[in-house]
Amino acid sequence: MKNSATFQITAQGDREIVVTRVFDAPRRLVFDAYTKPELVKRWLLGPDGWSMPVCEIDLRSGGRYRYVWKSDTDGREMGMGGIYREVVPPDRIVATEKFDEAWYPGEALDTIVLVEQGGKTTMTQTILYDSRATRDAVLKSPMQTGMAASYNRLEDFLPSLGRDALSA
Amino acid sequence: MEPIGYIQASARLDATFAALADPTRRAILARLAKGDASVTALAEPFSMSQPAISKHLKVLQRAGLISRTREAQRRPRRLEVAPLRDACLWLENYRRFWELQFRRLDSLLQELQDGDAEKKRLRRKKRHIEGRSR
Repeated sequence: MKNSATFQITAQGDREIVVTRVFDAPRRLVFDAYTKPELVKRWLLGPDGWSMPVCEIDLRSGGRYRYVWKSDTDGREMGMGGIYREVVPPDRIVATEKFDEAWYPGEALDTIVLVEQGGKTTMTQTILYDSRATRDAVLKSPMQTGMAASYNRLEDFLPSLGRDALSA
Repeated sequence: MEPIGYIQASARLDATFAALADPTRRAILARLAKGDASVTALAEPFSMSQPAISKHLKVLQRAGLISRTREAQRRPRRLEVAPLRDACLWLENYRRFWELQFRRLDSLLQELQDGDAEKKRLRRKKRHIEGRSR
């Protein structure tokens, strides 16, 4: 169930976080999953027990996007959004990102690059922050923002997801 | 918004990551994980001078990753576990969050591909029917 070869998170340089993940699907579908609201709403849900009631995307350079997540248990909400700087289907998206109640200063710049090879797609997401202190604070974010459910519960949940993926 | 303690913790993590960025230093830590060792013993597996090894040891020591034990004159080095554990926990939380999102995305992509295959099948069928009705 560990697929460390296909999933990497690294702190790059002083101000960046780089997330790499390989998906067993053509690039066109991965691009859709990142840019069509009805699809984004089905996977970018946050921790177990949260849903994504708002997902608005104006997919063009200069267009805005907005995401809002909601906790099913206590109704807490958390929103974020930004502006697309570059939209090049099906391989490149550059956008700013800022949380409504940001716990870090300024905006981050998010670059997603999709490369397809042999029917698989490698997604590389580079998030550039204002400063090193900001980057380091964000790496701790799932705990800090209260978005994190109990990780014990999460660990119970992951193996069942793994089984689903295997049987699919 | 973070208390001073966080900034200190963050600076310590920076030092930890910087120290871990070098393969020789990681190898030294791996060796020390098996037990305390003197500088001579630590230098042995590397084609490096003792002063070069000592430099690496200083970096590791400044990051709090190793310490000098007081026993005996050769003062063997010892692995300090706490900073490494902190560094791992830190990235691990972030990683778990994204792992969960990506697993959901895996399932969705599978479903989309199945859907694509089904659509193609229906299109073929439709073409076939249209072709016959002409």
